[in-house]
Amino acid sequence: MNPDSYLYLSAILFSLGALGVLIRRDAIVVFMCIELMLNAANLAFVTFSRMHGRLDGQIFAFFTMVVAAAEVVVGLAIIITVFRTRRSASVDDANLLKY
Amino acid sequence: MSAFPYLSTTIGTPLLGVAAIAVLPKERAALARPIALLASLVALGFAIADAVAFKTGGPRFQLSESYAWIPTFHVNYSVAVDGVALVLILMTAVLVPVVILASWHDADARGGALTPQGSPAESKRSVRGLFAQLLALETLMLGVFAATDIFLFYVIFEATLIPAYFLIGSYGGARRSYAAVKFLLYNLLGGLLMLAAVIGLYVASTHSPVGAAFSFQTLSKAVGDGSLTMAGSTEKWLFLGFFIAFAVKAPMWPFHTWLPDAASEATPGTAVLLVGVLDKIGTFGMLRFCLELFPHASHYFTPLVLVLAVISTIYGALLAIGQTDMMRLIAYTSVSHFGLITIGVFALTARGEVGATLYMVNHGLSTGALFLLAGFMISRRGSKSIDAFGGVQKVAPLLAGTFLAVGLSSLALPGLSSFVSEFLVLVGAFEKYPVAAIFGTTAIVLAALYILWWYQRTMTGPVASSVEGFKDLNRRELAVIGPLVALIVVLGFVPSILTNFINPAVSQIPAHVQITQQAPHSVAQDSATQGNGSGQ
Amino acid sequence: MPPSTYAPVAATGVFTLTAWVVALPMIGAAILLLGGKRTNAWGHLLGCLAALGSFALGAVLFFSLLGKPGDARSYDQHVYTWIPVPGFSADAGFHLDQLSMTFVLLITGVGSLIHIYSVGYMAHDDNRRKFFAYLNLFLAAMLVLVLANNYLLLYAGWEGVGLASYLLIGFWQHKPSAAVAAKKAFIVNRVGDVGLSIAVMLMYTTFGGFAFTDVFNKAPGADRDTILGIGLMLLLGACAKSAQFPLQSWLLDAMEGPTPVSALIHAATMVTAGVYLIVRSHVIFDISPNARLLVTIVGAITLMMGAIIGCAKDDIKKALAGSTMSQIGYMVLGAGLGPIGYVFAIMHLVTHGFFKAGLFLGAGSVMHGMNDDVDMRHYGALRKYMPVTYVTFGLGYLAIIGCPPFSGFWSKDKIIEAAFAQGGTSGWVLGCTALLGALITAFYMTRVMLMTFFGEKRWVEDEQGHEAHPHESPKSMTIPMILLAVGSVFAGGLFSIGSSFANWLEPVTGRAEGHSPINTTVLSVITLVAVALGVGYAWRLYGTRTRPVPALAPAGSPLTRAARRDLYGDAFNEAAFMRTGQWLTRLLVYFDLRGVDGVVNGVAAGLGGSSSRFRRLQNGFVRSYALSMFGGAALLIAALLLVKA
Repeated sequence: MNPDSYLYLSAILFSLGALGVLIRRDAIVVFMCIELMLNAANLAFVTFSRMHGRLDGQIFAFFTMVVAAAEVVVGLAIIITVFRTRRSASVDDANLLKY
Repeated sequence: MSAFPYLSTTIGTPLLGVAAIAVLPKERAALARPIALLASLVALGFAIADAVAFKTGGPRFQLSESYAWIPTFHVNYSVAVDGVALVLILMTAVLVPVVILASWHDADARGGALTPQGSPAESKRSVRGLFAQLLALETLMLGVFAATDIFLFYVIFEATLIPAYFLIGSYGGARRSYAAVKFLLYNLLGGLLMLAAVIGLYVASTHSPVGAAFSFQTLSKAVGDGSLTMAGSTEKWLFLGFFIAFAVKAPMWPFHTWLPDAASEATPGTAVLLVGVLDKIGTFGMLRFCLELFPHASHYFTPLVLVLAVISTIYGALLAIGQTDMMRLIAYTSVSHFGLITIGVFALTARGEVGATLYMVNHGLSTGALFLLAGFMISRRGSKSIDAFGGVQKVAPLLAGTFLAVGLSSLALPGLSSFVSEFLVLVGAFEKYPVAAIFGTTAIVLAALYILWWYQRTMTGPVASSVEGFKDLNRRELAVIGPLVALIVVLGFVPSILTNFINPAVSQIPAHVQITQQAPHSVAQDSATQGNGSGQ
Repeated sequence: MPPSTYAPVAATGVFTLTAWVVALPMIGAAILLLGGKRTNAWGHLLGCLAALGSFALGAVLFFSLLGKPGDARSYDQHVYTWIPVPGFSADAGFHLDQLSMTFVLLITGVGSLIHIYSVGYMAHDDNRRKFFAYLNLFLAAMLVLVLANNYLLLYAGWEGVGLASYLLIGFWQHKPSAAVAAKKAFIVNRVGDVGLSIAVMLMYTTFGGFAFTDVFNKAPGADRDTILGIGLMLLLGACAKSAQFPLQSWLLDAMEGPTPVSALIHAATMVTAGVYLIVRSHVIFDISPNARLLVTIVGAITLMMGAIIGCAKDDIKKALAGSTMSQIGYMVLGAGLGPIGYVFAIMHLVTHGFFKAGLFLGAGSVMHGMNDDVDMRHYGALRKYMPVTYVTFGLGYLAIIGCPPFSGFWSKDKIIEAAFAQGGTSGWVLGCTALLGALITAFYMTRVMLMTFFGEKRWVEDEQGHEAHPHESPKSMTIPMILLAVGSVFAGGLFSIGSSFANWLEPVTGRAEGHSPINTTVLSVITLVAVALGVGYAWRLYGTRTRPVPALAPAGSPLTRAARRDLYGDAFNEAAFMRTGQWLTRLLVYFDLRGVDGVVNGVAAGLGGSSSRFRRLQNGFVRSYALSMFGGAALLIAALLLVKA
C-alpha cells in the first residue's frame, strides 16, 4: 500500500477541516472541524512514522490526542456558558471584544 | 576615588528631602515647603563645598566616585566633575532654592478661590507632590552633570523627563496636558535615538582593543589614542543619534516647538528649571560627548550645525518680537540664546568653549530671573498677555526696575554677566567662522527690540486700569529675585569667579577634539604670510 | 608731525588717581540707585558732589600732565583683569593722555555744571534723586569710554552711555512718546554697536588682542583690506552714537528727555563719543585712505542734513538738535581729513561742548519760564523778561555762527580751511559744503534767536489755562549758564593763542600743516561774508517789524516740508526696516505655528490616524481572526520552505 495516499488523505482532511473552521457558523461544527484537523495531523504523523520506520510519529499521536481531549473539555465548557447567556451558539454573535 | 563622597552627598541631599516629604502626614502637608527649601539650601551648601574642594590646577576630572552597578555590561555608578560640570552644578544648586521659594503658593487653589467661610479653599493639587517633585528633579539634574558613565548619564537624562512631566501636567495652565505630553513624547523620541547610539557605542567598544566599556574617560582616551576606531559612517550615525537627542533638548531649530508650549503652560518656577537647567543638558552633552567621542563626525557636521544654530538665533529672536504671551516670548528668547551657545560649542576654539559654558550659567540666571519676574506680573494680573498691562512702573517701581535690569542682562549689556559670555562666544566663532559670528552679532539688535518693546508696552505709558492695584515686590519675591540680580551684576564685573574653573577644563580637553587653544597669531609675527588668520 | 608711538608708561603717584575719576560717579550712582527712596532728601547733592569731585581730580591730573614734557604724557593704569580666558585677556585699565585728559575735563566740567543746573530744573520732580543717579551713571560710563585702554572696555563704556541715554530720554516714563523715543535711541545705537563689536572681533583675529598697545603698534604691518574693514566698522559705530547719516534718526526724538539731558548727553558729550573713537583710532584711519574718505563724506552729508532740518523746526530743542547733528558733522569731517584735521575736530568738539550746552540750558531756562512750552512760535520779545538767559544764549549764538572773536570762529574756520587743504576735487567739494553749512547755520540760529527773544509777544495760555509769565530762572540755573557762556566766549581764543591746543594734542594724533589753495585770510573773510549773508536773510524773514512771525506755521516749500519731516529719514526707516521687520516677524510666527509645529502635530496626528485605521482589524469576529492566523501560518511555512531551498 502506497503510504503517499494516506498523506493525500491527511491533506484533504486538514483542508476540509480548515475550510469548515473558516466558513461554518455554528460553534459545535467549528469544533468538530478542529477535531478533523487534529486527526488529519495524527494520520500524517502515523504515516510518516511508518515511512521512516521509527516510532516517533506514533508516540506523538498520543500527545496530540491528549491535547485534543483537554481542549475539547475547555472549549465545550466555554460554548455552553456562552449559549446559556446568549441563547445562541453562533460564533458571529460573540463579537463584543472589538475596537 | 576621593576620600569624602562630595558628589554623591550633593546629589543625594534633595532625595532625603523627598523622603522626608513623603512621610509627612496629610494635615502637616504645608511643612513640605520649608523642608524642601531646607533640603535645597543644604544641597547648595554641599555644591559650594564641592567647588572649594575642587583644585583648579589639578587633573581634569576630580571628586570622582565609582561603584559597580551592572557588572555584566560594565556599567558603573561613576560620577566626577570637571570645571564645566562643576559650574553647571553650582548654577543648578543656586536656582533650585530660588525656584522653591518662588513656587511657594503654586499648589494653592487656583485663582485664589475661597471657601464659603472666606478662608483659602482646599487645593485639589498636592503641595507635597509639587515640592517632592522639585526636589526629585534637582537630584536628577545634579546627577546628570556629574555622571561620567554613559549608561548612567542616559538613564538620568531620560529620568529627568518624569518629574518635569508631572510638574507641567499637574500644576500648569489651561493647556497643560497638551504641553506636557508634547514635551514628554518629543524628548523621549530624541532619547530613543540616543539609546540606539549608546548601545552602538558600547558594541563598537566591545569590538575594539579597549574592551567593552561605558566609562566616558576610558572611551575618550581610546578615541584619542586610536584604539577605538569606528568606520566613518558608523561614527557619523552615532554622532547623529547623540546630537539629535541633544538638539531636541537644547532646543535647536527645527526641534524647538515643544519649548514655547511647555514654558507657557508650566508654572514660572518649573519653567525656570526647564529652560534654565534641563535645556543645558543638551548643550552640555554636545560639548562633552559629541565633540570628544566623535571628533571626525563633529568636524564633518560642523557646517550644518552652525547653519542650524544661526537660524535658531535669528529665528528665535524674530519670533520673540512677535509674541504677545510673555512666557512664550521668553521661551523664544531662549531658542535664540541657545543658538549662540551652540555656535560657541561648535566653533571649536577655546574662547568659544569657555564662552559657551559661561553662557550656559549666565543664561540660567538671567532667563530664570526673567521667568520669575514674568511670574510675579502674571500672578498679580491673572493674565499672561502683554496687552493686559501698561504703566506698571508708576505703581510698582521696584518690580519695573528689576525687570529692566534683568532684561538688560538678557540683551547682553556690558557690566552684566551675559555680555562676557556672549562676546566670548562671538569672538571665538569669529576666529574660524566670521560669517556665522556676524549673523550672531546682528542678533543683539533684535534682542534689544524684544526686551525694550516688552518693557515699553508693559511698564511705561499711562497706568492701565487693570494695573492700578498692583503691589510692589513683597519680601518673598525680593528674596527670590535679589540673589539672582546680585549674581548677574557680580559676575558681570568679576567673571573670573567662574572662569577660574572653566579655563583649565577647556584647556584640558584632549587634543583629538582639535580645539584651537591659542589666540590667533598677530599679524606682526606672520610677516611672511600676509593676510593669514585675518578673518578674510 | 607724526604722533609719538603708542608707548604708555605705568601710572604712578598722582596718576593713579585716574581710576578714582571713574569711580566717584560710579559709586554715586550705585548709592543713589540701591539706596532708593531713603536717599531722596540729599540725593541730588550727592550727585553734584560726585561730579564735582571727579572734575577736581581731573583738574589735578591735568596740571600734573602739564608738568611733564610733551611726549611723555601717556600713562596706563591697570586696575584688574576683567576677563581672563586662555588666549584672550581683557583688562579693566585706564589710559591717560592728552586726548583722554581733554575729554575728561570736558565731561566732568560741563557735567558738573549741568548737575548743578538740574538741581533747580528738576526741583519739582518727585524722582529727582533717580535723575541724578542716572546722570552719575552716565558720567561714569562716558569716563570709562574715554579713559579705556582697550577697545573692549571702550565698548563697555559705549554701551553704558547708550543705557544712560535710554534711561534719561525715557525718564518721564508715563509719557508714551518719551518711552518710544528712548527705545528708538537704544535700538539705533545697537546697530552701531554691531559695527563696533565686529571691529573689536576683527582686531582680535588680526592683532591677537584689542588693547591699544596691540592695535596701534601692529596696525602698520597688517593687511590693508582688514584695516579698511576695521575702519568701516568703527565708522558704523561712530555714526550711530554721533547721530550721523544714515543712523541719525534717533537724535531729534531724543529731545523728549528733560533739557539737562539734552544738554549733557545729546550735545556736549555722548554724541561726541563717535568723534573720539575716530580720532583715537587715527592709526587705523591713517593707514586706510578709503575709510577716511567715507568718514569725510558722512560728515559732509550730515553737516548739510542737520543744517537743513534745523531751519524748519519750530520746536526750539529740535532746532538745536538739528544744529548738534550738523556741528558733529563738522567734527566728523574734520576727523576724516586726517592729520590736518584731527586737532581741529577735537578743538571744535570742546568749544561746541561749551556753547551748545549753554544754548540748551538757555532753552531750558526759556521753557521753564514759558510753562514748558517748546514752540518758538509762542515765544517772542523775551529779552526784556529774561535778560541773563538772553545774554548767555546770545553769546552762545555768536559762538556757534562763527563770529569772531568767539570760540566757534576759531574752531570752525580751521575745519573749513583744512577741508580746502585736503586738495583735489574732494577738497573743493568738502570745503564748499562746509562753507555753505556755515551760511545755513548762521541762518537757522539767527532764526531761533529772533523768534525767541525779539519781535512781538506771541505768548499763549497753556492747557491748564495758565498765562505765560516769563521770568528769569533761579541762580542754580543761571550760574552754570553764565559759566558756559564764558567758555563760549574765551575758549576758542585761548586754544588758538600760540596754537596751544594744537601743540597739546599733537603727540597723540599727529598734525600736518595743510596748504589750502585759498589764502587763509581770504578764506576767513569769505566765511564771514557767508555768515553775514545767513544772518541777513534770517533778519529779513523774521526780524523786520513789517513781517511778523506767523503764529501758525505756514505750508512752506517742498524743501521746508521735507525738513519738517527730518528729510524723510524716519519715513525711510519705517518703510524699509520696520514694516519689513513686522511683516517678516508675523510671517515667521505663522510659519512656526503652522509649519514647524504643524509637522510635529502632523506626525502625532498621523500616528493617531493610522492607529485608528489599524485597530479596525480587531473586529470581534472569531472567524476573521482564524483567517489571519491561517494566512500568517501559510506565510511562515512558505518562508521556511524558501529558506530551506
